[in-house]
Amino acid sequence: MFDFETLRLIWWFLLGFLLAGFAIFDGFDFGVAALLPWIARTDSERRVVINTIGPVWEGNQGWIILGAGAIFAAFPPLYGASFSGFYLALIGLLFSMILRPGGFKYRSKLQSPTWRSLWDHLLFVGGVVPALLFGVAVGNVLEGAPFHFDEWHRLFYEGHFLSLLNPFALLCGLVSVSMLVSHGAIYLVNKTDGVINARAKQIASIGSLVTIVLFALGGLWVAFGIQGYVVTGGGAWDGPSNPFTKTVALHAGAWLTNYVTYPWMILAPVLGFGGAVMTVRLVRSARPMWAFISSGSSIFGIVSTAGVSMFPFLMPSSSNPNQSLTVFDASSSHDTLMIMLISTAIFMPIILLYTAWVFKVMRGTVSGQYIDENSHSVY
Amino acid sequence: MMDIDVVSLARLQFAATALYHFLFVPLTLGLSVILGIMETTYFITKRPIWRDLTKFWGVLFGINFAMGVATGLTMEFQFGTNWAYYSHYVGDIFGAPLAIEGLMAFFLEATFVGVFFFGWDRMSRGAHLFVTWMVALGSNLSALWILIANGWMQHPVGATFNFETMRMEVSNFYDVLFNPTAQAKFVHVISAGYVTGSLFVLGVSAFYLLTRRNVDFAKRSITVAAAFGLCASLSVVVLGDESGYTAEENQRMKVAAVEGMWNTEPAPAGFNVVAIPDAQNHTNSFEVKIPWLLGLIATRSVTEPVPGINELVAVNEQRVRDGIKAYAALEVLRKDSTNPEARATLQQYQAGLGYALLLSKYTKDIPNATNEMISKAAWDTVPDVLPLFWTFRFMVALGIFFIGLFAVAFWLVVKKRLDGSRGFLRLALFSIPLPWVSSELGWFVAEYGRQPWCIDGILPTRLGASSLTTSDMWLSLGGFLILYSTLLIVELYLMVRTIRKGPEDYFKPHLASTPALAAAK
Repeated sequence: MFDFETLRLIWWFLLGFLLAGFAIFDGFDFGVAALLPWIARTDSERRVVINTIGPVWEGNQGWIILGAGAIFAAFPPLYGASFSGFYLALIGLLFSMILRPGGFKYRSKLQSPTWRSLWDHLLFVGGVVPALLFGVAVGNVLEGAPFHFDEWHRLFYEGHFLSLLNPFALLCGLVSVSMLVSHGAIYLVNKTDGVINARAKQIASIGSLVTIVLFALGGLWVAFGIQGYVVTGGGAWDGPSNPFTKTVALHAGAWLTNYVTYPWMILAPVLGFGGAVMTVRLVRSARPMWAFISSGSSIFGIVSTAGVSMFPFLMPSSSNPNQSLTVFDASSSHDTLMIMLISTAIFMPIILLYTAWVFKVMRGTVSGQYIDENSHSVY
Repeated sequence: MMDIDVVSLARLQFAATALYHFLFVPLTLGLSVILGIMETTYFITKRPIWRDLTKFWGVLFGINFAMGVATGLTMEFQFGTNWAYYSHYVGDIFGAPLAIEGLMAFFLEATFVGVFFFGWDRMSRGAHLFVTWMVALGSNLSALWILIANGWMQHPVGATFNFETMRMEVSNFYDVLFNPTAQAKFVHVISAGYVTGSLFVLGVSAFYLLTRRNVDFAKRSITVAAAFGLCASLSVVVLGDESGYTAEENQRMKVAAVEGMWNTEPAPAGFNVVAIPDAQNHTNSFEVKIPWLLGLIATRSVTEPVPGINELVAVNEQRVRDGIKAYAALEVLRKDSTNPEARATLQQYQAGLGYALLLSKYTKDIPNATNEMISKAAWDTVPDVLPLFWTFRFMVALGIFFIGLFAVAFWLVVKKRLDGSRGFLRLALFSIPLPWVSSELGWFVAEYGRQPWCIDGILPTRLGASSLTTSDMWLSLGGFLILYSTLLIVELYLMVRTIRKGPEDYFKPHLASTPALAAAK
């Protein structure tokens, strides 16, 4: 039905869609959890905040399962390279995410304030650490990671965890944290009333402004601070998935050339900035739902900006640039991409449909009164 | 080629995190269906007690479910973090079922589970019933796709080696989907989950009857658990036998090892009930046999022989020799990808390529491996007989015990004699951990019995791991052990606490708040 080249491009788009979906949906869980100890002071306030995401966080986690699964199925070499290369970062991510079920399910089962406060702080870790590490990972991918393959395509990674925490990557981490914290705050604006609502509005406005500044700073750094990668030869778009068949060069500012070659790509950063600006304007409006939508659009734009800037690269190699992974030499076979596309075309609309239904059923604000009345059944 | 310590640590971590994950999965599988049954009864009878039953067992379900989800994430990530070469080598086939699991199953259960807990007052009874069944459907479909992936590791069908990409690629996805090993495993595993859920409900309810609390509640729960558990325990044994039958066709070596059968016997083969396998001398130093039984289970005939280990090793030695030819052809193709002769040789001997890779343990120069190396590699295809032999027997014994337990429970329910049977109630209470024991033993047999392969006959385990440092691996393993142990203790504590407090504690405030809720509406 589709040729190999087209399928690879479709899957590159789908990957962006799924990762943006992850950032938007799991993102507000991370943001809310990161805000928990700061935005809610009393136990009742904290239970309100936790219960705003209580009914949906597990479903939202579906996006990371699906995102990782899609990388595995559609770009297997990328899966092995990024997950084993950024090993300790991924382990840290897992550990922090594994803390979350306790924070939701176990926290309010005991009365002890120490117990509850402990879980509140673990929830905070489970929110802020993933948000930071995902940004750091994207930063390192933009810089290129030190890896090479041997003749059996076995990957050898030459860097170490601490080198992941370099200044540019940390800036990307901060973009991610501020973007998701603002997003979480806007979610709380929609889901709470009273004092939490007022605090959330303030955080959302400031957070969105910080995101705009940090994102712009990141753009400048990409333009003048780090080198981008360019395919200089080979690398046929419909060739076998073998990262040994091309040559790659590094140039300062090369990550911006795509915006000249493919002018439509400029839409991504425009959406990133525009969405954040709109968020600031809308957060105090009568319909905060629109602020949530524009914040989601901003996240979609920011995530896409990283993706389109690197096209066709998925994960460049800094130590052996010719073996960088691209959309066209790190994909699955034609048949697997086709099978996965059909599955996605069938199930993605169904997922969106029932997710929308669940959000509709659970609509409305969570109040202190609601928590008191359902003290035993809510988190 | 690969530091063996890293491989051992990666295996240890996989085993530990998988066994831990499977502490939560079977209860999710079984309890989700039981919740569906209870709520269906509520929907039909409209009696509030059935709604309370659903809610209370739902609380216990929820404590367990969240941990299952969180530890499942580790399982998916681990293929990328610790088994990067595996991800590259078979990701084209193996990745798809995992991704489809996310699309079709995980999203479904995880999205609806929130509404299950929070949606009782927000929708009609019918809508909530639908939600509950969607959670059960999602959990069970999730098991289906994971076992399609796992079944492919045990019996890799529908895939061919592509030398241009140096990996296995899908050639027939239909075969991957309808892999008989995967289908048999799926039914076996979900039945085991149903047994776990039923015995959990039976045991906890027995505790209430023993302490004379919540009697109505407990009796109704036992009725569901006894009926469902009896069906499930029959299914797990009968279809476990089906799993043995397909394993015989596909994984003869595993069956031979599990049975401690060194030499091919004249058909129909006998079944060793007890044996002391002696791996050094390739024989059993002691055995007690039931004539005919194994032949019947494994071949469904009295004339077909079941091949023994010694004979299978001879077959595998030939495979190693064929594989060496494929490997040599591959080396030619790497320099000259159009060489027609090498292409033809690779095509012809492709099935042996994985066996040739077993030689990487002994030499870098595989095409010139000595006869001694080849013989060693062939013997490497024999898994550890002794632990497999005994874990399998414990698992089967437990399976048979469950049938008996549920049969008695069912009979007591029908005869309305539960109250007087305190001995039985105590037995049911103390049997709660046993389904977990048998599930973990089952996974040990399936996965340890697959050794030395990651993918049977295709990728040796020692080549599948990532190129990591042992210090990183120790760090992650240590972290997992500490984190997981702590969470397990907390989980068990809260489970026991919730059970001890019982439904009476849970529903008091709920009932008290009902008028307030009605007023709010």
